Amino acid sequence: MNRIQTLFQLSGEKVIPFFTAGHPRLDSTADLVLAAERGGAAMVEVGMPFSDPLADGPVIQQSSQSALRNGMTTAKLLQQVKQVRESSEIPIALMGYLNPILHYGIQTFVTDARAAGVDGLIIPDLPCEESEDLVSLCKAQELSLVLLVAPNTPGKKITRISQLAQDLIYCVAVLGITGARLDEADGLVSYMERVQHHSESPFVVGFGIKTREDVRKVNRIADGAVVGTSLIEVINSANSPVEAAETYIRELGGKE
Amino acid sequence: MPDHRGHFDRYGGKYVPESLIPALKELEQQYRKAMTDANFQTELSNLLKHYAGRPTPLYHAGRLSEELGFEVWLKREDLNHTGAHKINNALGQILLARRMDKQRIIAETGAGQHGVATATVAARFGLQCIVYMGEEDIQRQKLNVFRMNLLGAEVRPVSTGSATLKDATNEAIRDWVTNVETTYYLLGSTVGPHPYPMLVRDFQSVISRETKEQFKVQVGVELPDRIVACVGGGSNAMGIFFDFLEDDVTLVGIEAAGKGLESGQHAATLTKGEFGVLHGSASYLLQDSNGQVTLPHSISAGLDYPGVGPEHSYLKSTGRVDYRTATDAEAVRAFQWLSEMEGILPALEPAHALAYLRQENNGITSGERVVICLSGRGDKDVNTVAHWIGVDS
Ligand SMILES: Cc1ncc(COP(=O)(O)O)c(C=O)c1O
Repeated sequence: MNRIQTLFQLSGEKVIPFFTAGHPRLDSTADLVLAAERGGAAMVEVGMPFSDPLADGPVIQQSSQSALRNGMTTAKLLQQVKQVRESSEIPIALMGYLNPILHYGIQTFVTDARAAGVDGLIIPDLPCEESEDLVSLCKAQELSLVLLVAPNTPGKKITRISQLAQDLIYCVAVLGITGARLDEADGLVSYMERVQHHSESPFVVGFGIKTREDVRKVNRIADGAVVGTSLIEVINSANSPVEAAETYIRELGGKE
Repeated sequence: MPDHRGHFDRYGGKYVPESLIPALKELEQQYRKAMTDANFQTELSNLLKHYAGRPTPLYHAGRLSEELGFEVWLKREDLNHTGAHKINNALGQILLARRMDKQRIIAETGAGQHGVATATVAARFGLQCIVYMGEEDIQRQKLNVFRMNLLGAEVRPVSTGSATLKDATNEAIRDWVTNVETTYYLLGSTVGPHPYPMLVRDFQSVISRETKEQFKVQVGVELPDRIVACVGGGSNAMGIFFDFLEDDVTLVGIEAAGKGLESGQHAATLTKGEFGVLHGSASYLLQDSNGQVTLPHSISAGLDYPGVGPEHSYLKSTGRVDYRTATDAEAVRAFQWLSEMEGILPALEPAHALAYLRQENNGITSGERVVICLSGRGDKDVNTVAHWIGVDS
């Protein structure tokens, strides 16, 4: 079993920070993962920067640009994950667009990511219709391919997606890009209840989550809350980004 | 082609966020219904005839032919209303938007021709229109920006990335993801997720249907020997190739070689790119060794795009179409050449196709019958050419 499979056997509230690898500095990645762990994060999502992140709002777009300028690459990121694994067992999912993975070679990528200590993979521009090859490659290596569902995904399809993904699915809270506001998500509770009803796997919710209250609200129904844009905003405006991230993640989990 | 999943062999598909999948499914259903609906077909062909001015002429370029030693015809898409082939697709899609009851239309544009075509049809049907355009392109295509404003569209400048067509497309997709329930995305070329490459091709294929018919009647010969078109996203090329794919006709697509293929500053996706995924489909893509999309360059904004339609990638893989390139300098010379020889100012995009006629090793034998898709007129490019000539001299 990988760390994600183990984690979601446990019930209880989960805070899942997202940040972009290689931002604000090329070597920030490992420090931020360890800070998240100290802050009480259950798992982390590490963004693999891409030149054309079409599901992302301005904050994550800029963090990707910054990471690319800093020289971040897929190979360097896997190196950094390896480094984290010397001192941490926190579950790690990589989140990134398909093209850099294709270019690396999907089979090699899955093998190398697993060997580096990655537990899961989230690809926002890979809907289940196109995921067949990657699903079987990931299964073979026990890497959790976390497929996404949206507020307009029909119930039956939620079931199918959760069956394909098996370990975990990711619910996008709003119709929109990252950085959207959660209060634009009409009917978040009924949406989460719908997912709960149809999904055969655990599910986490992300997009627009910002406060301790949001985290609590989401965790009442879902199996975890992902916090991305607002964490990156905290990192961007802090003098010492790593400490600021740790403090913020601790607050989100209600562990002052 | 494509198969039921929208794949042209390994190219194409729907590589988009899950939230767009229902919208793409609905679009495909509506499109398939429309194609077998006689009312839709009648409405579209009436608009093409009485609004856009079709059929466009197939014009024998006598002085060009004399100089070249083979016969050249120009398919005059520049004579369409709004000045380019883009209106063929915009009219087809606006009728789909109306059937789907969408009141808000968005589009991306590079040269501004597709933006103008979209703003035009949105005005014609009284719909709200927002056009995303890179800041770089806003600078070099000022005339078209003003035209869009006159037509009542809002032009939203995009400053991210290279501030050109690729980034405008990212921004249009982000808008669509956010407003998918109310908004119709009127995509301008044979790119993007399925069903766009198919439906844009089909709406543009009127070019090849007319060409085939006109050639037979005017020339008295069944088929031309060769058809040439420029390739940006690939819509005018797919449009003029489509009805000839099964025929014994040589098909040539010309990409932008910018400052030269070896300079790294070009937009020759099929010639220099590698397999990848951008804007929802798998195709050839200009990218670096880490799979990051690289910045293309072309003097013509309409060709300045790092991707290409998936069907072109497929046609390259089968060898059915011969893809070649022309540089900025060759295109400007061809622009001047057609203006002086035939009294026609071509857009810089099809000037690349014209430039091919004068290239050595183009494979054209004397007496051949060659059709060029003259996809648009050159008014929008006059400033660019003036600037180039000024810099040159
Ligand atoms: C006149 C003209 N030709 C060609 C193109 C390139 O597009 P496509 O390859 O889709 O025909 C454009 C795009 O703006 C254009 O304006």
